Amino acid sequence: AFEVRFVPDEEVLTHIADDSGIKVRKDKTLLAINAKRFVKKLEAISDDEAQEVLEEKNYVAALGICTKDSMRNGSSVGGGEVYTFQSPKRSNKMAELASELAQTPGQSVAPDHSECPERTAKTPQSSSKLVMLWGTEADKRNEFVSTTPYRLRKRLAAPDAKLESESEYSASCSEEEEEEEEEVEEAQREVSTVLSCQKTPAKTKAPSTPSSRKTQAKKKDKMSNLVEEYFEAHSSSKVLTSDRTLQKLRKKRLSQQTLHDLLENSPLAYAAEIKELNQQYESLFSKWMLQLHLGFNIVLYGLGSKHDLLEKFRTSMLQDSVHLVVNGYFPSITVKSILNSITEEVLDHIGTFRSPLDQLEFIMKRFKEDSSLELYVLIHNLDSQMLRGERSQQILAQLSSLPSVYLIASIDHINAPLMWDQAKQSLYNWLWYETTTFSPYVEETSYENSLLVQQSGSLALSSLTHVLRSLTLNARGIFRLLAKYQLENKDNPSYPGLSFQDFYQQCREAFLVNSDLTLRAQLTEFRDHKLIRTKRGADGVEYLLIPVDDSTLTDFLEKEDEDV
Amino acid sequence: AILQGCFVFKPSPKKRKASRETVEYFREGNSDAEDSELRFATCQSLWKQVKLETEQIEEELNKQLFDNLVNFLMRSHSEFQEKTTEWTCRMKSREIPTAALVLGVNVTDHDLTFRSLSEVLQNNVTPYIALLQAKDCPGIKHLMQKLLGQLMNCYIDVDSSEEEECEQISPNRIRCSMASLISWYESVTKKTDSETPGKKRNSSRHWQSPPVVVIFKDMESFTTKVLQDFVVISSQHIHELPLVLIFGIATSPMIIHSLLPHSVSSLLCIELFQSLSCKDHLSTIIDKVLLTTQFPLKLSEKVLQVLINIFLYHDFSVQNFIKGFQLCIVEHFYSHPLSILCCQLEEAKKRVSSLSQNQCENIRRLPSFRRYVESQASEKQIALLTADSFLKETVQKLLEDLNVYHENYFPVLRCLHVFTSSLPKYPLGKQIRELHCACLENRVWETEEYESSLQLARMLNKSDLVTMLQKCVEILVSSPGKEFDKIVEKLKEFLTQFQKLEEACQERDESVSSQKELQKKTDLYHLQKTLLELKESRRSKKLTKFEVLRFEIVDYIDSLVRNYLVPADHKTLHEIVYFNTASVLREHLNAAPRIALHTALNNPYSYLKTEALRSDGGSISNKAPDICIVYKLHLECGRLINLVDWLEAFSTVVMAVEGPAADAASSDQVDDVIHARFIRAVSELELLGFIKPSKQKTDHVARLTWGGC
Repeated sequence: AFEVRFVPDEEVLTHIADDSGIKVRKDKTLLAINAKRFVKKLEAISDDEAQEVLEEKNYVAALGICTKDSMRNGSSVGGGEVYTFQSPKRSNKMAELASELAQTPGQSVAPDHSECPERTAKTPQSSSKLVMLWGTEADKRNEFVSTTPYRLRKRLAAPDAKLESESEYSASCSEEEEEEEEEVEEAQREVSTVLSCQKTPAKTKAPSTPSSRKTQAKKKDKMSNLVEEYFEAHSSSKVLTSDRTLQKLRKKRLSQQTLHDLLENSPLAYAAEIKELNQQYESLFSKWMLQLHLGFNIVLYGLGSKHDLLEKFRTSMLQDSVHLVVNGYFPSITVKSILNSITEEVLDHIGTFRSPLDQLEFIMKRFKEDSSLELYVLIHNLDSQMLRGERSQQILAQLSSLPSVYLIASIDHINAPLMWDQAKQSLYNWLWYETTTFSPYVEETSYENSLLVQQSGSLALSSLTHVLRSLTLNARGIFRLLAKYQLENKDNPSYPGLSFQDFYQQCREAFLVNSDLTLRAQLTEFRDHKLIRTKRGADGVEYLLIPVDDSTLTDFLEKEDEDV
Repeated sequence: AILQGCFVFKPSPKKRKASRETVEYFREGNSDAEDSELRFATCQSLWKQVKLETEQIEEELNKQLFDNLVNFLMRSHSEFQEKTTEWTCRMKSREIPTAALVLGVNVTDHDLTFRSLSEVLQNNVTPYIALLQAKDCPGIKHLMQKLLGQLMNCYIDVDSSEEEECEQISPNRIRCSMASLISWYESVTKKTDSETPGKKRNSSRHWQSPPVVVIFKDMESFTTKVLQDFVVISSQHIHELPLVLIFGIATSPMIIHSLLPHSVSSLLCIELFQSLSCKDHLSTIIDKVLLTTQFPLKLSEKVLQVLINIFLYHDFSVQNFIKGFQLCIVEHFYSHPLSILCCQLEEAKKRVSSLSQNQCENIRRLPSFRRYVESQASEKQIALLTADSFLKETVQKLLEDLNVYHENYFPVLRCLHVFTSSLPKYPLGKQIRELHCACLENRVWETEEYESSLQLARMLNKSDLVTMLQKCVEILVSSPGKEFDKIVEKLKEFLTQFQKLEEACQERDESVSSQKELQKKTDLYHLQKTLLELKESRRSKKLTKFEVLRFEIVDYIDSLVRNYLVPADHKTLHEIVYFNTASVLREHLNAAPRIALHTALNNPYSYLKTEALRSDGGSISNKAPDICIVYKLHLECGRLINLVDWLEAFSTVVMAVEGPAADAASSDQVDDVIHARFIRAVSELELLGFIKPSKQKTDHVARLTWGGC
C-alpha cells in the first residue's frame, strides 16, 4: 500500500539536487562486471585451448571456496579448472606429452601446442590424390593431424618394427575417423621409405573420403564457438584413437599373483614423505574420538588408500571397545551382511528378519533401550559399488544417526558426495577430514572385478576351459560354434548376438543336435554356468551372446584347437 | 578361506569396562593438559545451554502454527461428533479434512517439526497419530500396514497393560484393510465410552471420538498411485472413521493438484498452513544466540560468514547451522588453552586468579595482549611481563572491559540497524547479521557503505526519524548496559525538540500552503530555472531548523557508532572469546573432495615436500608418483583411451627417469615392473572414477571427466 502525500516543489528540488551527489555504486560495479565478462567471453572465443567458464567461477566464488583465507596447502583451485567441458583432443597428444616429459628430466615443460613447421612441410608426394586433398585443407589438418616425433622415433628404433607396424595397421577399424587414417598413412609412408616396406592396404580407402570431408571442413570453419565445440566433442560417435591392442603387444598378461609380487618388490616412491603425511594424520586420532563422541561422524577423503590409516586408528584407539570393520571394497558386501553382523555378533540376536528395514528398526530399538551399548563402525570405501545405492546409503545413514553408533568412513570416488542428499547428509552429520596419503590402493583394487581387462582375461579363460572340459563333446562343439560366430562379428558394434533359429540351423548342419529341444536343454546348462547370456531383441527374437571379451574368446579357441 | 567383508571385534569382557570417557580424548589431544577437564566441562555446559535455548526458540516459533493446526482439527470433525444427519452435512462429510502444511525446502529440519507436532497433538487432541514416510510406503499395502501398526501400537502405549493381550496380535498378521481399521476404531472408542473412572485422565485430554490423524511427512515423494488409492478408499469410510490428513509439503501447495487428479483432490477439503520461513528462523536464532551477551563464546566475522554461506547456498537448514555452531564451540575449547576463561564474567575472574604460570605465559603470548603491553608505560610493561599477580589483576580488568564492550556493542548495533534497515537500497544490508559482519570486519565508519548510508539518513523525513528514535530508546532502555542513561536522555531530548518543531511548523504551514497555491503548474523550463536558482542559493541558504536537528541526530548516531562499534579484534584479549579459524570450519563442514584430488594429482608437491617434485606452473615433473603421471597423460586424450598407447607413453616417461642404466639392464624384467606399475595406476584411476572399462573398442577405456585440462 502506498500513500499519497503532499510534497512541496521545493522539497522535490532539494531531493533531486541531493540525490545527484550520491553515487549509484551498485549499478556501476554491475557494469564493470558485465564489461569484464564480455572481455572474458571474447578471450574464450578467440582461444580454443583455454576455455574458462566464468559463470562457474562466479558461483564458486559465491560459495566462498575461492576466497579461502588459506587452504592448508596454499593452493586453491577454482571450480572452473576442475569441472570443465570436454574439448576436442588431438589423437597423439598423450605421446607428445610423454616424450616431452621424458626428454626433460627434472624440470617441467609447458607443452608447446604450436605446430612445428617441419611437420607441415612433410606433405607427401607419393600420392597425387592426397596432395590435392591436403592442399585444400592445409589449415584444417593442423588441427587434427599431428605426427609425433616420439612415436616415429620409437618405431624406427624398435627392433621388430615390422611386427609392430603390422600390429598397428593390419587391424581393421570401422570407427576410425578419416583424419586418423590419414595420419596413419602418413606415418606409414615414412616408415615405408625408411624400411622400404611394401605398400599398405589402407591406402585404398582414401578415394572414398574427399566429398564427405569437404563438407565437414566447411562445417568446422564455422565452429569457432565454444558451445558448438562442446557439441562437436560430444556428438561424434567416432573416436580418434589408434587400433593397437594389448594382445599384439609382445607382453604376456600378468596374473594377479605375479602382479602382486612385482609391485611388492618394487620400492614405493616417496616413502618417507608418505610416512610423514601419515604421522600428521595420526595426531588427529584423539580428536576424532572426541568428535565421534560428541555426535559427529567422520569421513575421510583425498588421494591415496586410507585403509592403513583407519587400521592404525582401529588398533590404537578401539582396542577396548566393540567395533565393526566393513570392507566396502569387498565385491560381495551388502548392507544386509553389515546389519547381520550387528544383530548376530554385536547384539547376539538369533533369528531372521523380513527385510533390512525391519532389521534396522530392531537395531535402533535395541540401541535406544540400552544406553550402555556402544558400537564403532569403520567402513573402508563407503562409496564402493555395492554400498553406493540409495537404499544402502539410507540405511547406513540412519544407523549412523544413532547417538551410540560412531561411524568413521573413507571415500575415494570423485563423485562420492553425490550419493548423499540433504536428508542423508544431515543424518550422517559428517565432519570431513582430508587425508591425502598417496599410498597405493592395494587392498581396494585387489579384487578381480575392480581391475581392468588385463587380469579379467586370465580368470575368465581358466573358468571357461574348466567348465567346458566337463561337458560332452557335442556341447563343446555347440559352444565353439557360437564363439566362432561371435568372433566373426566382433567388428560389428551393434552385433546383437546369434538368434536362436539361426543357431539351431547351424547346429543341425554340423550334426550337433537333432531337435531344438536338445539344443534348448544344452543352452540351459550353459546359462546355468553363466557361459552364455540371452536377450530378446526388439523383434522378440531370442539372441545368444557369450559375455566374455573377444581376446579371451580368441585365446580360448586357440587353446581348444590345440587340445583337439 | 571364507571371504567376508564385515568383521566384528569384541574386546574381552574384562577389558570392556575400561572404556574411556569422552573427556579423556579431550585431554589426550592437548599438549597442555592442565585444566582440560574444566575446559571440557565448560564446553559441554555451554553447548547444553545453547541447545536448550535454540530448542526453546523453535518451540516458540512453532507455537502459532501448531495452535492453528489444533484448531483446524477441532473444527474439522465437529459434525462427526455431533452425529448430525443432515443431508448437506453428509455430503460434505464425504470430503476428508486435510491440512496442507507448507514447510519450505529445508527438508532436514522437518523431522524435528513433525516430532514436536505429533507431541503437541498427542497431548491436546488425539492419541491416534500415524507418521508416514514415502520410503516406507512403496505400495498401498505397505502404507496400510504401517498405518495400522502405528495406530494400534500407540493405542497400547496410551492405555494400561490390561488390553495388551487382546491387542497383542502383531499388526503384520492382521489383514490390513480399512474395514479392520474401522472395527478397531469402534472397539477403541466404545471402550473409552464405557471406561472406568480411573481412566478419566485420558478422556479429559482428548475428546469423545478423537480423530485419527495421518501425517504424510514428505508428500512430494509419495507415488501418485498410493496417495490416490488411499484418498479414494478412505473417503468411502469417512463417516465411520474421523480421519484427518496432514500433508507435509516442501515446495508449493500446487503440488497437491499436480500429484492428484481432480477427481481425487475433490475428495479433500484442504486448508493451507504456512510454517515459519527458515530465514526468519535463522534470524531469530542469530538474534537470540549470537547477538547477546548471554553466551560467552562469540564468532568472528569470517566464521559467521562461512556458517551463513552454508545455510544460504547449500541447505537452508537451521539444524545444520546449529550443528556448525556446536563445532565452533568444540573447536574453540579444544584448540585454545585460554578458552578456560571463556565463561561468565564472575566465573572467569575466579579462574583468572587461579591460573598457572604456564597459562600466564599463554596470555602474554596473545597478539592482542602484546599490543596492549606495548602501549603501556615501560615500568608497567616490565610488571606485566614478569609479575604473574599483576598480570592477573590486569587480565581481570581487561576481561571486565571486554564484557562492558559487549554489553554496549549489541544495543548500539541494534540501534544502528534500526536506521540502516529503513534506508533505500540497504547499503549496509537488510539483516542485522550483515550489519554485524560489517562491524566485525573492520571499522565500519571507514567504509563506503557507511558513508552512503549516513548520507541517506540525512534525507530521512521527520516521521520516520521520530519512530526510529523511539525504537532506539526502547532498545537502549531494555538493555543492561550502564552507560546508556545519558544516551537515552539525549535521544529523548531530540524527540522533544521534534515535538516543538512540529508545533512551530503547524503555525507556519498555513502560510506556506497558501503561498504554494499560487504557482500551480511547473513546466520543464521553469523547473530547470528554479533548480538552477536553488543551486545558487543553496550555498548561502540557511538550513531550516528541522534540517539542523536532523544533522545533529545523524552526527550523534555516528558518534555512538564510532564509540561503541569498534571491531572486536581491536580489543585486548578478544582471542579468548572469539572463535576465528574459519578455515577449519569450512574444511570440516563444506569440504571439496574433488579439489583435493585434483591438487594431489596435478601438484603432488603440495603434499609430498621433496625438491624432486617441485615445479612451477601447471605441469608436473616426470618424477611424480605413477598415478600422477598416468593421470597427466590421460588428460591429453579424448573420450576413449587406448591402453597400449597409454602404457607406452607411461613407460617412456618412467624409463627416462630411471636413466640409461636401467635400459641396459635386462629389459624384459624392467618392462614387467613398469607394466605392473601401470596396471596399478590405471586401476587406481578407475577406483577414483576417472575412467571405466569400455566395450566400444578392444583395449580401450572410457574417460569420465573433462576437468583439469
